[in-house]
Amino acid sequence: MSIRGKAYIAGVYEHPLREATGKTVPQLHAEVAKGALEDAGLTKDDIDAYYCAGDVPGLGPLNQAEYMGLNVAQFDSTEVGGSSYVAHVNHAAQAIAMGHCKVALITLAGRPRADAKENYRTRPGGGPPADYAFEAPFRPVVTNMYGMAAMRHMHEYGTTSEQLAWVKVAASHHAQYNEHAMLRNVVTVEDVVNSPMISDPLHRLDCCVMSDGGGAVIVVAPEIAAQLKRLVVKVLGAGEAIKHLNGGKVDLTYSGARWSGPKAFEEAGVTPADIKYASIYDSFTITVVETLEDLGFCAKGEGGKFVADGNLISGVGKLPFNTDGGGLCNNHPTDRGGITKVIEAVRQLRGEAHPKVQVANCDIALAHGTGGLLGSRMGSATLIMGGADA
Amino acid sequence: MSELNGMNRPSKVRAPRVNDETKGFWDATGEGKLLVKHCNSCGENHFYPRTFCPFCFSDDTEYLETAGRGTIYTYSVMRRTKEPWAIAYVTLDEGPTMMTNLIDCDFDKLEIGQPVKVAFIDTGEGTAVPFFAPA
Ligand SMILES: [Zn+2]
Repeated sequence: MSIRGKAYIAGVYEHPLREATGKTVPQLHAEVAKGALEDAGLTKDDIDAYYCAGDVPGLGPLNQAEYMGLNVAQFDSTEVGGSSYVAHVNHAAQAIAMGHCKVALITLAGRPRADAKENYRTRPGGGPPADYAFEAPFRPVVTNMYGMAAMRHMHEYGTTSEQLAWVKVAASHHAQYNEHAMLRNVVTVEDVVNSPMISDPLHRLDCCVMSDGGGAVIVVAPEIAAQLKRLVVKVLGAGEAIKHLNGGKVDLTYSGARWSGPKAFEEAGVTPADIKYASIYDSFTITVVETLEDLGFCAKGEGGKFVADGNLISGVGKLPFNTDGGGLCNNHPTDRGGITKVIEAVRQLRGEAHPKVQVANCDIALAHGTGGLLGSRMGSATLIMGGADA
Repeated sequence: MSELNGMNRPSKVRAPRVNDETKGFWDATGEGKLLVKHCNSCGENHFYPRTFCPFCFSDDTEYLETAGRGTIYTYSVMRRTKEPWAIAYVTLDEGPTMMTNLIDCDFDKLEIGQPVKVAFIDTGEGTAVPFFAPA
């Protein structure tokens, strides 16, 4: 398949200003977006994919999608300087050709001349994102931003600290067999709830480790895969989403997995019941509970009950998860654990996880990444993989 | 934790970085007013304030003065520090939910749903930061 004839450019807009005094960078991005939408005869709500580069302040699509009120199924912040936006057209065309989206927005905007005059600029990228001034004074650090999500989930659904603790208990059962894991001691629910409170209601053992390290993944075409001696894993489906504060209509009881999960399952042609193993991003125990609900492994609000009593422990429960020990016990390289989630799922599908945690007949596996903050704006990405015969 | 009772008002807050898009909001804080943005096209209120309505993408938006009252949507007290603080989201009576800190209160008696009112703390630079305290 190629992109030839699979995608069309339907709207463009060039900003008329050459010195944008009196306007902010997020505002300029919105202005060019509005102009291109009007040129195309489309509206904001038609957009289901957003591409931008380093000229957007903050974490690119996360902050700018929130500013513009976008709900997107695809995004890309490939930053390769001035060539970024041409690459974005290619990436958007690929995504459209694959049926992952239908209307992609690409924006570039900035104000270096106005910045030089008005001295707003503090760093490349045009200063802080639009949300910064309304959040920074209140000291949102990672733990309290996940703490607020956990607090609300407990309030609405009666989720308990003991239930959250089971996520850590399961991870520790797996980590004992991983010689590289930072924390290899098996812990109990009591150990977790009796560990020091960090930010209500999250205890120290509800939090992932901080570690160095990293990982890498090679993705190849079918004809290359066919030539390789090594056991390969088939990519079956994927989904992406951005969730943000939605102009003040805030709901912290769900994550972007609510949107990325169904896309991935649909493309893969499988259901949660088919998943033999799941790598679930576990920055905190609450991250796992909300994500499992959103992916459809249980009903919304039932995540606490679902993870309890060892249900995530390989060989014990219904859904073996994070058999490397996950972020909670193994590692969280440079505070970004997404790649290790893919790696352990590949080990499971190859039958190369530690024998004590290897899932029998593991033919379909899922890896889910969460970026940013469950308490404000996040990226969600779901990947479903199968063995070579899947 | 009773020593925290009434003791958790920050003595000093840094002035926010004001820009052309948010100057109206921050100028009003200096007069003790808490604003949200109102969209004349779809009628929705939004927060944080921006030129474009995040619901309908109209740029026909204007500031709306709130009563500065709302309820706690959620909160989390950072405990592992010498001076704990309570981050929260407060749902304003006018609709939008906004991030804040809860002050002038006993952190152990906070509850989701509790009524709160804005408690501005002056930055000394003509603006004030909207904290909230029990109503
Ligand atoms: Zn509107």
